[in-house]
Amino acid sequence: MRIEFSGIAKRFGDHQALKETTLALPDVHAMAIIGPSGGGKTTLLRLIAGLEIPDRGELFIDGERLESGQAALLRHRRSIGTVFQSFNLFPHLSALENIVLPLEKVHGYGRPAARDHAMALLERFQLAPHAGKRPAELSGGQQQRVAIVRAIAIRPRFLLLDEPTSALDPEMTAEVLDVIGELRTEGRDLIMVTHHMGFARSVADHCLFVGDGAILEEGPAEEFFAAPRSEQLRSFLAKILKY
Amino acid sequence: MSTSESPQSHIDVGDGAAIPTKSDVGLFTAWRIAFVGSIACCIFLAVYKPDPYLAIFKFVPDGILVTFKVTVGAILLAIVLGLFTGLGRISTNRLVNGIASLYVEVIRGIPLLVQIFYIYYALGRFVRIPDLFSAIIAMAVCYGAYMGEVFRAGIQSIPKGQMEAALSLGMSRRQAMRHVILPQSIKVVLPPIGNEFIALLKDSSLVSILAVSDLLRRCREFASESFTYFETYTVIALIYLVITLFFSKLIGIMEERLNAGK
Repeated sequence: MRIEFSGIAKRFGDHQALKETTLALPDVHAMAIIGPSGGGKTTLLRLIAGLEIPDRGELFIDGERLESGQAALLRHRRSIGTVFQSFNLFPHLSALENIVLPLEKVHGYGRPAARDHAMALLERFQLAPHAGKRPAELSGGQQQRVAIVRAIAIRPRFLLLDEPTSALDPEMTAEVLDVIGELRTEGRDLIMVTHHMGFARSVADHCLFVGDGAILEEGPAEEFFAAPRSEQLRSFLAKILKY
Repeated sequence: MSTSESPQSHIDVGDGAAIPTKSDVGLFTAWRIAFVGSIACCIFLAVYKPDPYLAIFKFVPDGILVTFKVTVGAILLAIVLGLFTGLGRISTNRLVNGIASLYVEVIRGIPLLVQIFYIYYALGRFVRIPDLFSAIIAMAVCYGAYMGEVFRAGIQSIPKGQMEAALSLGMSRRQAMRHVILPQSIKVVLPPIGNEFIALLKDSSLVSILAVSDLLRRCREFASESFTYFETYTVIALIYLVITLFFSKLIGIMEERLNAGK
């Protein structure tokens, strides 16, 4: 995927979440966004997801300018899969129905086709036995895996993951990271906000370090971790890798 | 009114909870004493003093039917009105929001009795509609405003992430509301709607001031012919009590079922 930020900025009330940012990423397939909490990582991701509109500037994805009209945003969101930190499965629907609903209501599948497609994906990720369960009956890891399946079921151009394991216990973190790694192996493009440096290093081909509302450093994953240029990234990595 | 993030949060709207709480357990609950006691009173009075009690009991069933018609008709209409008012109150469209908010503010500021008179005579100037219907419309217009607040609070009690997830999957706001938010709100709004239903059942006695022969009016007719005021009003009170208690229990059971099916 090709992503280009041209002077985009976003403010929430008094808080400048993202300062004017310009950056062109001509050819990334898996990008990790790291950085301290409240630094603007999630804002950046939500702008790409079309869930926020920038106050200023332009955003180009695969050469297409992201328009801010409702119809354009709707089209944009339909082409992207988003996974949230808090899963956000629909609690009144079963795992299967969570996946079927958007396929049927948004993406024009007939009910049988939507169910077949959803079931096939659940089977692929060893979730078939849980198809009929409500989210409350699933573990955190299972919920997040269902959420990932729901996001890829709509055949998105790429996947956005916002700290997908932050709300999980360590052993569940592993099962979710495994799924993400697997998606990457099969060539799916993704952008992920994460605190797992090891995982970012092994999966991502490009990394952004975001802090204080700005992209402080970016580069290919190998260099980024092996030879950080900025002082901020060095001290951030030192702190994170200390324990 | 307070709202919180939790979808199970309790919404308190209207004139207090009429539905017995779960903690009210045991053989001699307040509900059982009141319900069995009032039925026993009715039977006792009818058997031991058939004149005038039995005659009163024979006279009022028509009125009970009318009271039900008014209550059920008004609550159904009020739910529809309330749903749209609630949606209007959270709408980002300023005109829609303004109309919905104005409706709620105006209605909440006028006593129900005054509204009933007003709507009855205001409607009467333009169209001839049966008294029963204008009574139902008056009750529905009033309760629609309160119901609007119930729906607004119910919708707002659903965590923001649900709307976001629905939007991120490509749903429009309307689709998200219909398929994701409203189905989840039902569990939250059902208890307060139950309370509104019972409040409306009681308030429906106000329509007796119009030419609607509800329970109260039937009894007043009987009393003024037989001069048995004390006896007649005793019967009315007992009948309202039995009906209200019956429905509060029924709604309590429905609510429990709904929570069990979580």
